[in-house]
Amino acid sequence: MRNNHVNAVVVGAGAGGGVVAKELSTAGLSVVLFERGDWVSFEDHDNDELLSQRTTVLGNAFGPDDDRYRRVVVGGDGSTEIVYPSDGAYSNIAACVGSGTVSYGAMAWRFMAEDFRMKSTYGTVEGSTLEDWPVSYDDLEHCYEKAEWEIGVAGDSSLNPFAAPRKKHYPMPPFSYNREATMLESAMKRMGLHPFPIPMLRNSVPYSGRPACVRRRTCCGFACPINAKCGTHNTVIPAALSTGNCELRTRCVVGSLIIDASGRITGVEYFDRENTKQEQTADVIVVAASATETPRLLLNSTSKHFPSGVGNRYDWVGRNLQGHAYTGAFGLFEEDIFDDVGPGATLAISDFSHHNPGIVGGGILANEFTRLPYLFSNIRPPGSPLWGEEHKEFQRKYFRRNVQVVGPIQEMPFFDSRVQVDPAVRDSWGIPVVRLSGHRHPKDAEGTEFLSRKAEAILKEAGAFQTWRHLPGSGLSGGQHQAGTCRMGEDPQTSVTDRFGRVHDTPNVFVSDASLHVTNGGFNPALTIMALGYRVGEHIAGEWQKGNRFK
Amino acid sequence: MDTGSKLSRRDFIKLATLGFGSLSLAAGCAPQHPAGRAVLSDDDAGLLGAIADRIIPADAWPGGRENGVVSFIDRQLAGPYRRFRREYRRGLDAMTGTCLEKYRKRFEALSTEEQNSFLREMESGRLRDGDWKGGFSNRFFEMLRSHAMQAYYGSPRHGGNPNYASYKMMGIDYPPIIGQNRYRF
Repeated sequence: MRNNHVNAVVVGAGAGGGVVAKELSTAGLSVVLFERGDWVSFEDHDNDELLSQRTTVLGNAFGPDDDRYRRVVVGGDGSTEIVYPSDGAYSNIAACVGSGTVSYGAMAWRFMAEDFRMKSTYGTVEGSTLEDWPVSYDDLEHCYEKAEWEIGVAGDSSLNPFAAPRKKHYPMPPFSYNREATMLESAMKRMGLHPFPIPMLRNSVPYSGRPACVRRRTCCGFACPINAKCGTHNTVIPAALSTGNCELRTRCVVGSLIIDASGRITGVEYFDRENTKQEQTADVIVVAASATETPRLLLNSTSKHFPSGVGNRYDWVGRNLQGHAYTGAFGLFEEDIFDDVGPGATLAISDFSHHNPGIVGGGILANEFTRLPYLFSNIRPPGSPLWGEEHKEFQRKYFRRNVQVVGPIQEMPFFDSRVQVDPAVRDSWGIPVVRLSGHRHPKDAEGTEFLSRKAEAILKEAGAFQTWRHLPGSGLSGGQHQAGTCRMGEDPQTSVTDRFGRVHDTPNVFVSDASLHVTNGGFNPALTIMALGYRVGEHIAGEWQKGNRFK
Repeated sequence: MDTGSKLSRRDFIKLATLGFGSLSLAAGCAPQHPAGRAVLSDDDAGLLGAIADRIIPADAWPGGRENGVVSFIDRQLAGPYRRFRREYRRGLDAMTGTCLEKYRKRFEALSTEEQNSFLREMESGRLRDGDWKGGFSNRFFEMLRSHAMQAYYGSPRHGGNPNYASYKMMGIDYPPIIGQNRYRF
């Protein structure tokens, strides 16, 4: 049976796609929203650390599974390895309705004005494709505001003197500090720093018909048992469905875009939940499948008009894969600090986000989400045994007496860190899989060296009797903060989409996820992905209402 | 087991393999064992239990064996860790073979000191010859260590840590909802 033609197809029901589906369906467009995973709930996975989005040793609670999915990773020596979603090197993004917004830690950062003007602010960085965004913070400000109010953010930006200017306050008051944050706050203030409560996509008070957070330790990495965490799965996607204009098709895997004889993209080819190949035609196609899966879909869509993939005329699709170079320090204390007020992370500073001597960019620092028992068993000072009596004694003595201060360093885009499709390896549907290769730009190590020393100094000031830093490796980035692989730009020769996410060379294909990020900020990216979703969605809906059919 | 002192290294390995190389672990099928295990033989379980008690020794709180490390590994080898069966077979046999050669005893029969010293050799990667070629000893040790930690500190639903014993040890065995059943030491 043929599927009815619709106005728009959105591929991926995550942070970006969920928002776009809502914007288009409320504007009256008929929409099919595709999701390769399914709805998940707390009951499916409970509070099981070994099957969480933080520790995937026994699999991915939120998908995808190890049986049907795989990727190829190219090592520094050119050797290749097949990896599975529960392996870290896979750079997994959750496959479920809401994607990462179901299980994320839910930090709700706006990027700063400088984050959209990195090249203008810092100049050219040798060996990096560092560039300005074609949109400014001011262009995106009202989109951030919409994300904060429609999806729901708790915070108080008045305490952060470095925050970009905003027109409207957050819809919910900030969360209170836990004990470690209270202790760190005093230390930071003594050091002349400016601590403030982390803005969170989580209900501090009842909001939008959902209750206030009860502050469990199993929050970051888990679904919320009472729906107090705000994602696209419990806000904009239900709103889209309630218009009657949007159909959500779960467990459907989109393999390629359909290109007709004239070179127009007319829809998508997908495998339904019975693994039967189907087609869905649409006037507009929005790809929001993540910074690894979006370029894969474009590269797997070829014809005589697009011999190397849609949008890839100048070989920019899949380039500049970024994530965050996470770094920080641990401190041990003489007395109990852990008070089990979840999810742990409550306080941050933005003092080191920009204008650090000798550093390009920077990052926030925050106290870390609760380290659950297995994860904590891998946290030990350098030289300490990782097993045996002393290890066990440390586990019970310092679980309540350790503090971690951590932050994401803004990475320098690197042209040769990239997503390709593998020439040989296929997933269980026969679709060529993602092939990842490259490494971090050497400049990132300067940032992490700088930021980790600041984290360590804070812990010492707070009274830690022992501290040690942790630094990321120089290998390929990506991970859950993956970004940059279909960058926006004015010049079609050095970017993949225009300033509204429309793929150059096509009138009707848009991207709406972190692939668009020219640079990835020194912040967790979820709110920026949502804001871009509003920007892309608003643009398509506005044009549609003016009569533009994107021919 | 008195194996005599004149057996060659090759004979030790043969003996080791004949003695307790589990067919199920090697072949990938999973007949039920009398002890209710899915994959591991009694000998495998005995060796893994001894290893578990060194990685997480008993003190005022249970050791690794008592706290379900073996049943966790057995269950995972029949589930998501199917892909590690070959490494387990190779690694357990190599441990037994090397211990017989070096101490004339199986690992389980060594003193605590000897067991710790053997595991440290594995961890450091100083075992490089024969069965341990290719940097296998530290890779296998890290697998054992991390799986034991997962069993001991993970959720009881996976076969280890009955009644959240380790959570009790760490003082966090109450339902993780603030305001309910909380206590301090």
